Amino acid sequence: MKRIYLDHNATTPVHPEVADQVCRCLREDFGNAGTLYSYGREAKKLVDDAREKVATLIGARKEEILFTSGGTESDNMAVRGVAYGNINKGRHILTSTIEHHAVLETCKALEKEGFEVAYLPVDEYGTIKVDELKNAIRSDTTLISIMHANNETGSIQPVSEIGRIAKEKGVTFHTDTVQTFGKIVINVDEMNIDLLSISAHKLHGPKGVGALYVRKGVKMKPVMFGGHQERKMRPGTHNVPGIAGLGKAVEIAASDMEEEGEKLLRVRERLWEGIKKNIPHIRLNGHPTVRLSNTLNISFEFVEGESLILSLDDHGICVASGSACTSDSLEPSHVLLAMGCVPEVAHGSLRFSFGRGNTEEEIDFVIQALPKVVGRMRSMSPLYREFLKKQKESA
Amino acid sequence: MYSEKVMDHFRNPRNMGEMENPDGVGKVGNPVCGDMMELYIKVENDVITDVKFMTFGCGAAIATSSMVTELVKGKTLDEALKISNATVAEALDGLPPVKMHCSVLAEDALKGAIEDYRKRKVESKV
Repeated sequence: MKRIYLDHNATTPVHPEVADQVCRCLREDFGNAGTLYSYGREAKKLVDDAREKVATLIGARKEEILFTSGGTESDNMAVRGVAYGNINKGRHILTSTIEHHAVLETCKALEKEGFEVAYLPVDEYGTIKVDELKNAIRSDTTLISIMHANNETGSIQPVSEIGRIAKEKGVTFHTDTVQTFGKIVINVDEMNIDLLSISAHKLHGPKGVGALYVRKGVKMKPVMFGGHQERKMRPGTHNVPGIAGLGKAVEIAASDMEEEGEKLLRVRERLWEGIKKNIPHIRLNGHPTVRLSNTLNISFEFVEGESLILSLDDHGICVASGSACTSDSLEPSHVLLAMGCVPEVAHGSLRFSFGRGNTEEEIDFVIQALPKVVGRMRSMSPLYREFLKKQKESA
Repeated sequence: MYSEKVMDHFRNPRNMGEMENPDGVGKVGNPVCGDMMELYIKVENDVITDVKFMTFGCGAAIATSSMVTELVKGKTLDEALKISNATVAEALDGLPPVKMHCSVLAEDALKGAIEDYRKRKVESKV
């Protein structure tokens, strides 16, 4: 059976050129980048080249890029590092209710250590209200951490405005760009970003590698200790194959970012139009326009997301859901709930996220399969039966 | 993560659908929690002669509903009441720990339907 992968916000297939780069490193460039002889110098060059590519894509200087094990580590390091590094000024942190758990759980851990965290609400489209953020800043606020685009809905946050306010108020600003890096234009100077988290595997790169941009002069404390690597902020022998793979993935993304974004938007709109035409009782979760071009989150009323995922998988289609039943916590998506989505509608959500390689033919196959799948689950649903009865009565 | 049997019952649910004039109905769960099950039974001489279900929920919720209907068909009410959530889970070759509550829902729906039948019977005598 042909498989159709539409879960690129979870992870992406590794680009063949990236895989070649990683394999070459594993076979040939085994040196420790911290050593002086030829093997070490060659490894260091690979790390430096990747650093340059990452820095260039966000308008940063290469000494401001720290390599990490991925988005979660970058978020932990940024939030905790800045919180600890600015205790003299205060212990107040501003974030939002829709952040990734890597930020939210770090904030919760900090609360237990005596830090105070304000979790800003979002509107019905899952977008932060800038005025509320502005009003929430206090004299003892040391960090604002707001993601660039949400992983579940794709809603893009007003990061430039937040950056401007943070700068005016003298508060350090961190943004998780795991879903946007390499997809939309980012410039840390123009957007007044002080720290920024990156992950390679969302960008057709390898898993287990990412980066944290830290603006020169930002006060932060290390959260890991050991060697001198990465300005002592992230000690440990460099993951040279992973870092070189990230570099290659960045190079590919940078080469056709705009073109790729437009292509993904066409694919996304084709699916949305097809679903709207063929399936009643649905709703779009996320901002209608200010949204990542690769993300489409839809609630299908009267059915539950996990059962949709399983049925679609039988057709070879791979997607995600915000349903409680797909998480170990049995809680529905915190993002959809924060947007005011009622739990039963959150349970029925599916997230389609597109990437390099998705075709219009694939989308047409999904448009064919999805009404059957939703229809089958609705035929079993007592909620749908009740709805139909009520509809009949009122007619 | 699901056994083949769970997937079989999810793909081809047994006894799914609404029932005309059931003798007993069990309704459990809540759409807010993401699981809602309805079980309908026909009873003759204390024997469950027909059973149907409708479920809003995950794969495990649908499979446990389907399995419980298979297990009770043709059983006396007392025999049916001995079916526990563990019986349902075992018959499906096990469930992931986080999904065990679905088998509890299936047991509760069955008990609810039998209780409803017995209550109706008492009321009809009065």
